[in-house]
Parts: sequence; C-alpha cells; structure tokens
Amino acid sequence: MAIATAPVASPTRRAIDRTRGVFTSPKYGPVLVTLLLLVAIYAIGGARYRGFLSGPVILNLFVDNAYLIVLAVGMTFVILTGGIDLSVGAVVALSTMIAASLLQSGTSPGVVIPVILVLTSVLGLLVGLMIHVFAIQPFIATLAAMFLARGLCYVISSSSISITDPFFVAFAQTRIPLGGGMSITPSVIIALLVVIVGLVVLQFTRFGRTVYAIGGSEQSGMLMGLPVARTKVLVYVISGFCSGLAGVLFTFYTLSGYSLTAVGTELDAIAAVVIGGTLLTGGYGFVIGSVLGVLVLGTIQTIITFEGTLSSWWTRIFIGVLLLVFIVLQKVLTARRR
Amino acid sequence: MSSILTHRLFWPVVMLLVLFAVNLVAFPGFFVIEVKDGHLFGSLVDIVRNGAPTLIIAVGMTLVIATRGIDLSVGAICAISGAVACSILLGSPNPGSVGTVVTAVVVAVAISLVLGVWNGFLVAVFGVQPIIATLILMTAGRGVAMLITEGQILTVNSPPFKVIGSGFLFGLPVAVLIAALIFTAAAVLTRRTALGLLIESVGINPEASRQAGVRSRGLLFTVYTFSALCAAIAGLVLTSNQTAADANNTGLFIELDAILAVVIGGTSLAGGRYSLAGTLVGALVIQTLVTTVYTVGIPPIATMVFKAAVVTAVCLLQSPTTNAVIASWRKPIAARFRKAAV
Repeated sequence: MAIATAPVASPTRRAIDRTRGVFTSPKYGPVLVTLLLLVAIYAIGGARYRGFLSGPVILNLFVDNAYLIVLAVGMTFVILTGGIDLSVGAVVALSTMIAASLLQSGTSPGVVIPVILVLTSVLGLLVGLMIHVFAIQPFIATLAAMFLARGLCYVISSSSISITDPFFVAFAQTRIPLGGGMSITPSVIIALLVVIVGLVVLQFTRFGRTVYAIGGSEQSGMLMGLPVARTKVLVYVISGFCSGLAGVLFTFYTLSGYSLTAVGTELDAIAAVVIGGTLLTGGYGFVIGSVLGVLVLGTIQTIITFEGTLSSWWTRIFIGVLLLVFIVLQKVLTARRR
Repeated sequence: MSSILTHRLFWPVVMLLVLFAVNLVAFPGFFVIEVKDGHLFGSLVDIVRNGAPTLIIAVGMTLVIATRGIDLSVGAICAISGAVACSILLGSPNPGSVGTVVTAVVVAVAISLVLGVWNGFLVAVFGVQPIIATLILMTAGRGVAMLITEGQILTVNSPPFKVIGSGFLFGLPVAVLIAALIFTAAAVLTRRTALGLLIESVGINPEASRQAGVRSRGLLFTVYTFSALCAAIAGLVLTSNQTAADANNTGLFIELDAILAVVIGGTSLAGGRYSLAGTLVGALVIQTLVTTVYTVGIPPIATMVFKAAVVTAVCLLQSPTTNAVIASWRKPIAARFRKAAV
C-alpha cells in the first residue's frame, strides 16, 4: 500500500520533504540554521530593547565588523581545504603597526597600503609552502607565523602609535549616506566587495571547485589531476592577503597601530566560519555563511551592550555555547547522510 | 653515528645545547649553581622552575596528542583553577591555614576534572574533532574564569598557598618537584604498563585498534581528564607564583607553548608514537630560549620572533621532506664506502 501511494504524494507533502531535505543536508542545513538563528536573535533583541531594530544599529554591525568579515572570508577558504589559520589576529596587529609606523615616518598612504598587502600575502605564501612542501601541520605552521607576526609588532614598537595622516583620517571619517540619516563607512563597501569576490571565486571558478575538492578528499583531488599543490598554497596566500586588508580596515577603524590589538581575533574568525556552517574538516561551506556567522557574533555583542548589566565576558561564553550547538548540529547532519 | 643522527631527539637536543652555549658566551656564570639558605640558586634552576608549568601541561598534552588529539583548552583551565582556588581562599575567614589551602586546591582540581571529562565526552562520545571540541572550552573558559573572579584580579595573601609556586623543599623549588612527580607518574604509568601502547594504537589507527578490542572511548576520556588535571595543577603553580588570579592572563598562550614543547620533542601531531623525554627536552628548549633572550640582552618583547624561528627550524628539520633530502645526500657516501671496501 505504502509503495502504491508514494508516487501520488500530495504537492504539499513533496514540498515538506524537499524543505526537510534542504535543512538536513550538511551543505545547506547549517547555513539556514544560522540564518534562522540570526533572525531569532534580532527578534529577541527587537522585542526586548527599544531602538534595536533601527537601521543605524544594523548598519553599525557592518561598520564595527567590516574587518572581521574580511578575515572570515579568508578563513573560509583555508577551512574549506581542511586547514586552519591561527595567524590572522597577529597579522592584523602587524598590519596596523606597519601602517602606523610607516605613516609616522612620512611615507605616502599610496605606498603603505600596497606594501602591507604584499607583505602579508608573502607571509601567507611562506606558510603555505611550509605546509605543502615540508608537510607541516597547518596548526603548527600558522602558529609559527602568529608568533612571528606578534613578535615583529613588538619589535616595531611596544607602545601604541596614533595615525595623523590626512588620507587615513579622511577615509576613517568618511560616511556614505544611505538616506534616512543612515550611513556606512567605505570599509563596509570594501568588505562587501571582498565577500562578492570570495563568493564568485568559490562558486564559479575552477580554483574554487578545487578548494572544495581538496576539503572533500585531497587524495581524490590529486588522482583527478587537480592542481592540489598550487591551490593548497594559494588558500594561505588568500588568507594572508585578507588578514592584511582586514588590518588596513582595522587601522581605519581605530586610527592607531598597537601590538596588542586583535588578540584572540583568530578565534572570532574561526568561530564565525564554524557558526556560518562551514565544516572544519573541509569540503562544505559558503562565504555567505561566514558573513552570517560574523553578524551573529556582532549581534550578540550588540545585545550585551544594550542589556547594559551583562558584562563583556558573557560574550565569550555565548560564543562558546553557540560553537557547541553548531558543532553538534553539523555532527548530526553529516552522520545522517553517511 | 648514523643512529645518533637519525634519533628523533637529535635535533631538539642539539637546539638545547646551542642555546646553552649561547648563554655561556653571554654570561659565563650560566652553569653555576649555588646553595643559599639551603636553597639551590642559579640560571639553570630558574629555567627549570619557570618552565615547570609548561612542562606539567606538556606532559598531559603529549598523551592527548598521542591519541591524534589536541587540547586547546588548557590555558583556560589554568585560569579557571587559579580563579577557583583564589576565590575560595579569599572567601574563607582564615586564608593562611593549611586546611583552607587544601580545600581550595582539591576543589580547583575537582572542577578541572569535570572540565576534562566534558572534553573527553565531546571527543569520545560525540566524535567531535578534538581541535574544535577543546576550542569551545578555550573560548568559553576564560569567560567562566571571569565570572568566578567577577572581572577582578584576585590577590591572595596565604603563605601555605604561596609554597606551591615559589616554595622550596629539600633545597629544590616545589614547582619543579611537582613537575617531576607528574612527569615520572606519567612515564611509569604509560611505559611500565600497556597503557602507553594502547594510547599509541588509538592514535595510529582508531578503527583498527577498536577492532582489536582496545576500548578507545575510555582511553580518550582518560587522556583528556589527565590533561585537564595537569592544566589545573599548572594553573595553581602559576597563580601561587603570582599570588594572584588573573582570569585574562593566567596561562595565556600556555597551550601554544605546551603544544610546541610536544612538537619540538618529536611527537607528531598526527598521533601515534610519543616521547615524554622529548617533551621534557622541548619544554626546556622553550624556557631556555626565553631565558637566553634575557641574558643576551635582546629586548624581551622580541622573544616571540625567536620562538617562531626555533619552531620553524625544528619543524623543518624534522619534516619528512628534509629527511628524504638528507638521506639522498648520505646514500652516495655510503655507496662510496661500500665500493672502497670491495
């Protein structure tokens, strides 16, 4: 009987099945859950606090987290191949230090920014080569890069250097009006451009497909004749470049260079990527998910600010709990598929 | 000769000796150990004493890594155990009594055991990747420590508690004795019984060892709990040494130092064969490096650059690619010898 009725299942039934299929797929499920979570957090915030759902608050989320979005995009590439990059926070700090010290000595911003981006990309290249050629675990190689970058920060200066360069100050103060008294910073535009480029590269290029293939199975990718070596090194270059760019955006945001900034940012970036539904073993995940992950983290921070009585350390606990929830969720979803 | 060259402790020991040599050049009294007031004093004693917390954690980390795992939460557990102990001491009417200190230590250790079981549960039962499972506690743990200390730095004045981190027993620093005790216990328990073998088998091939009847679940619980225990003890040593619990900074980056010590000691992060002796050498290399930076007169803030250099050097020297290159150099020489013999 059951067999006979199956083909003539009602359209609603089929729609439900399809929806359930999407939600329980390890590919789309976690991203959708993150989206729902974001909406839920907004709803809770909107119900609890007056002015929470206003445009400026939502736009500020992007303004405050522009650099983290850029970091998360770079981290997504690395994690999709099954690697990890612990150096991003230290590289952000190093970029702010290089920017501040070079600008202090009178170098033009037109030189400073390319120098930073090239240097951080080269650092990423070195890390990638260490990982690929010498078969050192990504964890250890990027840890060494983290020590190097942090140490170089202290070598440049152990105190904070403020930036007075007219271009940087002007860029930091520029607001792009969106009407209705709302505005965003140019940094947000840059971050969104990075997201779009990341999205296009991952979804529509050969390189992007190779990234997913390596995460799925490096061995198979190699046997299929994919350029595994080049891709594996390139993802760390991308992550290095993104860290440098995030550092520049962070410099616009704080207008200073300080060797102790962005401590623990690598954890935030990794958390954003995981909460955004990217599988840490690689192979599954989207750039958009990571952006949602950053927004979730940012919204939690905003709620804690709005609440006023909650101390900032609750943020860390919430992030930990969210990580747990998403990891268990991924575990359940991927286990069902197997 | 070739057996010494290919021994896996060769490069770490060379690194340690080089660091010693640099120190000796910069500071001729480096190897002098004096007895003052019945206590041992000297640069070497300082290195061992300051390296004790890292070594304690690295011992636990070695066993975790041998099962193909990693424990990132140890720094946070350090902070939690320090915070718990200090808040108990501060809350008691008589923080100087031995009874209070024992209570504080026992409670701190008990809480860390719970945290270790939690890590073990995520890894062994849920099958979450160890790096992620412990990342949760690493992120949330410092928040929890902050909750316990209510965001304050808790300064305690308790002579018995201070003994743990900066006291002396039989002329030796107590911290060193604790580290030695944990190191010996781990070595005896895993190397004089089959435990070490079983841990390695889980690390080499979890599935095969399961089919061979090894209860990997229990073993994973054991190693993560032991790692948390080590972290708690190291946290107590650190807190006692500073006579204050600082939820933000106690044990900051110590997980990275401990993992480095294990990796420098030649234990592969891919699991399997492990070497506690290597970990000991690794921890000494890291602490000696820090001391060297001070004695040579390099600004201490540059320590991290040197750490990066040492890590990179040791890892590159131990990498399979480098070994293959060295082997290809040595082969022609060996062949030439054989020809000469004929």
